[in-house]
Amino acid sequence: MAVKVAQEWLNSCSGCEISIVDMGERLLEVLTKIEFVHGPVLMDHKYFGQLGDGPRMEIPEAVVGLVSGGIRNEEHLEVLAEMRKKCKVLIALGTCATHGGIPALINSYTNEELLDRYYSTETTDKCDSVPSDGVPPLTGSCMALDEKVKVDIYLPGCPPNPDQIFAVLAGLLGNTPVELPAKSVCDFCPTHREGKGGVKKLRRFLQPPQYGAPGEGIDKMRCLMEQGILCMGSVTRGGCGGEGLTPRCIEARVPCRGCYGPVKPGTNQRFDMLNALASNGVDISSLPESVSLLRFSGAHGLLRPSRKGKEA
Amino acid sequence: MGQVINIQPITRIEGHASISIQLDDQGNVSDSKVHVMALRGFEKFVEGKPAEELPRIVTRICGICPWQHHLASNKAVDRCFGVTPPPAGRLLRELMQTVAHAEDKVLHFFFLAAPDFVMGPDADYSVRNVMGIVKAAPELAERVVKMRYAAKMVLEKFAGKAIHPIAGVPGGFSKPMTEQERVEILSKMREVLDFALFTMEFAKTQVFPKYLNEVTELGVIKTGFIGTVDEAGAVNFYDGKLRLMKPDGTYTDFDSQDYCDHIAEHVEPYSAGKMPYARAWNEGFSLDMENPKGIYRANTLARINVADKMATPRAQAELEEFREKFGRPAQYTLLHHWARLIEEVYSCEHAIELLENPEITNPDVRAKVEPRAGRGVGCVEAPRGTLIHDYTTDENGLIKSANLIVGTTHNLGPINMSVNQAARMLIKGGKVDESCLNKIEMAVRAYDP
Ligand code: SF4
Ligand code: SF4
Ligand code: SF4
Ligand SMILES: [Fe+2]
Repeated sequence: MAVKVAQEWLNSCSGCEISIVDMGERLLEVLTKIEFVHGPVLMDHKYFGQLGDGPRMEIPEAVVGLVSGGIRNEEHLEVLAEMRKKCKVLIALGTCATHGGIPALINSYTNEELLDRYYSTETTDKCDSVPSDGVPPLTGSCMALDEKVKVDIYLPGCPPNPDQIFAVLAGLLGNTPVELPAKSVCDFCPTHREGKGGVKKLRRFLQPPQYGAPGEGIDKMRCLMEQGILCMGSVTRGGCGGEGLTPRCIEARVPCRGCYGPVKPGTNQRFDMLNALASNGVDISSLPESVSLLRFSGAHGLLRPSRKGKEA
Repeated sequence: MGQVINIQPITRIEGHASISIQLDDQGNVSDSKVHVMALRGFEKFVEGKPAEELPRIVTRICGICPWQHHLASNKAVDRCFGVTPPPAGRLLRELMQTVAHAEDKVLHFFFLAAPDFVMGPDADYSVRNVMGIVKAAPELAERVVKMRYAAKMVLEKFAGKAIHPIAGVPGGFSKPMTEQERVEILSKMREVLDFALFTMEFAKTQVFPKYLNEVTELGVIKTGFIGTVDEAGAVNFYDGKLRLMKPDGTYTDFDSQDYCDHIAEHVEPYSAGKMPYARAWNEGFSLDMENPKGIYRANTLARINVADKMATPRAQAELEEFREKFGRPAQYTLLHHWARLIEEVYSCEHAIELLENPEITNPDVRAKVEPRAGRGVGCVEAPRGTLIHDYTTDENGLIKSANLIVGTTHNLGPINMSVNQAARMLIKGGKVDESCLNKIEMAVRAYDP
């Protein structure tokens, strides 16, 4: 019997779903073992019956529920509650679902500030009121799923590597649950480290890092942090390289920005990064700002609107 | 007042939206609305962030077209900081843009749109999807998955990260391409070109002919169009001038830096998403079915309508055949699919051209960048239409303000009109069934929102 799967996306960008498709041929293998019973991006199951005349939102029962995106409006809350009710195993897919993700950067601002700006840009015609007909009201902030429901499996990443999505799904289908590594990005990084360097100030990523010939292995390149470029690898959960292992940004010779969220649940990437820098004698004021150190994990109340004129 | 019919959610599209259709006492359509939910506030929360970080933040606007947001953002920051990428940096960006288009069009055609055509618009919802195709046509499905994966892996392997890319950087590209990489990618893209040509033939012989009635009826409206063309007037995805065409086929070309003079955004009370319209036509905004005002479309059909030609031979031959059949500008909404496949052929041919340019392996890929105060508009063609990022920076190179006009949004007005047209045609005397509601959604899916 095929395993029933339901998919939903809330405050998401569809990247997590595309990452599922990026399993490539393994997708065809998975599709033979599962049966999608609901999933707006893939199939035409509707919330209120196929003719839209049902009395209440209904999602069919499923063994596995995949939910990407955080919570940002009342409809998200309703859909999430229904998914939780109907799915045995609820997977928070992607960093938006596990930690708020990039959209949680809005948590530094009030809804009023957001709406003011969005409906008054240079090109926007004056409007008397904010659209509300058929548009669900915003929640007070952008939340991770576990702020509202119990989550069974956390699969962070923006997006999660298809290898990991496959491993988790295959594990569930074969009844051999998979543990994702609780190590940091640095633990998977092949760059060479010379230990405590003399970095006193960080420079912005405005020039390429130093390395040898274009095709030279990443292992020959010195750690970006040791080169004085801010890299969030040490405070970020590893695994983004999937079976290829090398962290994906490092592969392109670009520093990590933390898209897998914190290494340990409940920790604060900005706080931990600033601490690590300070204790290594790096001048923190050389950073142009620090809100964006929390750019992937601003849910759970970590980013909040500030009083006028001050950064969160 | 009569009944309201809700289609919630609209499915097999990339975004979050629903439709409500108002019937009168006779059960005929009196009004319809497409409700767009997404409101995340990127324009607000990028404020104060270092501009050079934006190309790796704004990607999250859309996981289907992150490359286009990434590149438009890079181009905007280049301008703010007054830097021009070296030729190889530019070539690599354009290559990524072109391969991303190639991948996206396969994804949309086969995964999102084809179920309506291969399984049929009246097929049961449980099989009218890509899983249904996998069962009904396994060899085709396998080939689709392989080819799309091949294109996607070009992006992933070479540029590190395919979804939410990081390899474009202000001043150019993060890493050069080696000769070995060039040769491998070239051979991959030749395979994808073969597949694109196969898909074009497949669609022209086995898909479109069966649905000519739908094509000439469903969601049909008359609008203007927008798209990017190069110096010679050919479609270009990465750079060029913007061309805004009126419904009668006359057009104006302009520099994307001046977009504010030509485009404005209207707000309707039923849609969180704003609706861009042609400010330059000086007629205001109206979705009136008889007499729309300021309404133009973006996306595949728009691009091939505004362009004089395609820059590559096979795509040009396809365009000629298309124009012979449907004229210029072609207005039938479902022709977006046909236009998409012509662009698919172009993407593959153009990627090959770029890879055959010896300059592409030049190791000088990034110019030195200094933060400064400035303003820059970055514009590229996303699969779903013209994409505009407009940033202003302060003296430290932090974002002071940002304005974004995203590809799909150009079509929000037209989508509303197409839905209205389809609903009026299909719903009479209060009779509604699944097939008719799905056909109304097909009018939306053509735009691939
Ligand atoms: S985690 Fe990343 S890829 Fe997934 S929905 Fe959020 S922004 Fe998109
Ligand atoms: S700080 Fe960055 S470059 Fe250095 S080891 Fe960690 S991930 Fe690698
Ligand atoms: S290196 Fe960091 S930012 Fe890049 S993909 Fe991995 S976890 Fe995400
Ligand atoms: Fe998109």
